[in-house]
Amino acid sequence: MQRALTLAALALAIAFPMAAVPLDLDFYIGFASRVMIYAIAATSLNLILGYGGMVSFGHAAFFGTGAYVVAIAMTHGIDSLWVSWPLAMLVSGIVALGIGAISLRTRGVYFIMITLAFAQMMFFVFIGLKAYGGEEGLNMPHRSVIGLGLNLKNDATFYYVVLTVLVATLYLLRRLIDARFGRVVEAIRENEARMETIGFSTYRYKLTCFVIAGMVCGLAGALIANQTRYVNPNLMHWIVSGDMMIMIILGGLGYRFGGVLGAIVMLVLDEAISPYTTYSKIVIGFVLLAVVLFAPRGLAGLFDRKRVRAGGGHG
Amino acid sequence: MNSATRMTEPVLEVRALCKRFGGLVATDQVSLDVRPGEVHALIGPNGAGKTTLVHQLSGTLPPDSGSILFRGDDVTHLAANARVLRGLVRSYQITSIFRQHSVLDNVALAVQARSGSSFRFWRPVRDESALFDEARAVLARVGLADRADVLAANLAHGEQRQLEVGLAVATRPAMLLLDEPMAGMGPEESERLIPLIDGLRKDVSILLIEHDMDAVFRLADRISVLVSGRVIATGTPDDIRANADVKRAYLGDELEAASGGEA
Repeated sequence: MQRALTLAALALAIAFPMAAVPLDLDFYIGFASRVMIYAIAATSLNLILGYGGMVSFGHAAFFGTGAYVVAIAMTHGIDSLWVSWPLAMLVSGIVALGIGAISLRTRGVYFIMITLAFAQMMFFVFIGLKAYGGEEGLNMPHRSVIGLGLNLKNDATFYYVVLTVLVATLYLLRRLIDARFGRVVEAIRENEARMETIGFSTYRYKLTCFVIAGMVCGLAGALIANQTRYVNPNLMHWIVSGDMMIMIILGGLGYRFGGVLGAIVMLVLDEAISPYTTYSKIVIGFVLLAVVLFAPRGLAGLFDRKRVRAGGGHG
Repeated sequence: MNSATRMTEPVLEVRALCKRFGGLVATDQVSLDVRPGEVHALIGPNGAGKTTLVHQLSGTLPPDSGSILFRGDDVTHLAANARVLRGLVRSYQITSIFRQHSVLDNVALAVQARSGSSFRFWRPVRDESALFDEARAVLARVGLADRADVLAANLAHGEQRQLEVGLAVATRPAMLLLDEPMAGMGPEESERLIPLIDGLRKDVSILLIEHDMDAVFRLADRISVLVSGRVIATGTPDDIRANADVKRAYLGDELEAASGGEA
């Protein structure tokens, strides 16, 4: 059932740009790309928050880092996708290693606050970074160069690249979660103390998980920079971290498609409502409330009949 | 050092261990040892500091002074998980299992912990039949073979206690610190656990903390009595029964209460 739904959704996603042009819906190709980019970012947060139980409130730091790496590299003449995107992942991974190494020594509310503090620190660093636009941000003259006879300037081409990254991310997530590493990460969420006393060094696993999520989010950042051809410090603002959190809570914490569903619902709602009111966030707030009250496992949880997750907590 | 001398030296040696919480001395110059293949019981009234001692031995609480030697190595400052990998493993008085995992997955995790690296990101665990074969063998040993696919949260209390011990056993310990394995168990459930612990002693040394005096006197080779953080006596079960200090401090009441309650 889930497999059939997944394949149908994938077919629809592949067909969309081809149908959009004749239907005069070109504008929505760009919008759909944006949704998928946020889906990738939210999925990476889901890995640490949903599966690993690490409530990071600073995930936008990696999103912004990835975006800035691509934009800054371009100002220095590096515009190949094959160089700047891996570089974005590498730098985001290093930033995640630094933030994670310190934050993961704390627990609970302290972890939430320290990740938030790190992200806000980076936000202000980039505001102060006048060489790269400061508060104004940085324009990119064009999108990354992919070669292979393709040009990302074409929105449909860019769309397919983003779709490829999204599918790869979801596939990798599945491999990782079903593998030994994923088992360990999920068990740490459930009972970290016991993981230590059966012999796991939980810190190392959490840190690795944090770095992987940071790298994937950095790649999403590289994509968003290309999508808008513009980066600014707001990409790192805590509101972006909060949006990603809301997406996975809506979509389903610890569910593979939680980030995707959440990004779709939130951004489509926002797009649908914002022409009528500037208070679209209020509507999204009520939707979030309804989901938390009536579908506490999120939208993905509604499709999941066999696995019963009685919430966290143990003892 | 040859293997002959290793046989005779204690597996675990605790020397003058101390732990204070403000004005309270929880562990006061505790020294004891556990020999290979021995079941060494640690008894004492509530608040005597038994669990605090287990926390220090397992590495979740640092002692203020003193030392812990395990198989001849000083492990006083070793991290909890590193002690487990060396073979010094504890179980919990308050059941600590993976409630949202199946019984089999619980034990398979413990097997996974000591069988190769878990920094593997690609191969699905369900294809690693060796992990699950071994986990099933452990389940058979702790009497949960027919409960493998049940969610741990749905086990009866006694079965959860069996799983608690099973998690520790699955790490292939050289020495077990069993913290009140029979806590909250009815007499019938305790009867199932006694032969299980008895069966472990042929390859595992055991420090058994237990309030169930019937179990203690049936299982223990030696008994130490902890009162107010201090070891007041160590000896064979007969020595301890006859010891006047122990009677006065603890065992008198306990034995009377037990025989009074059972009669």
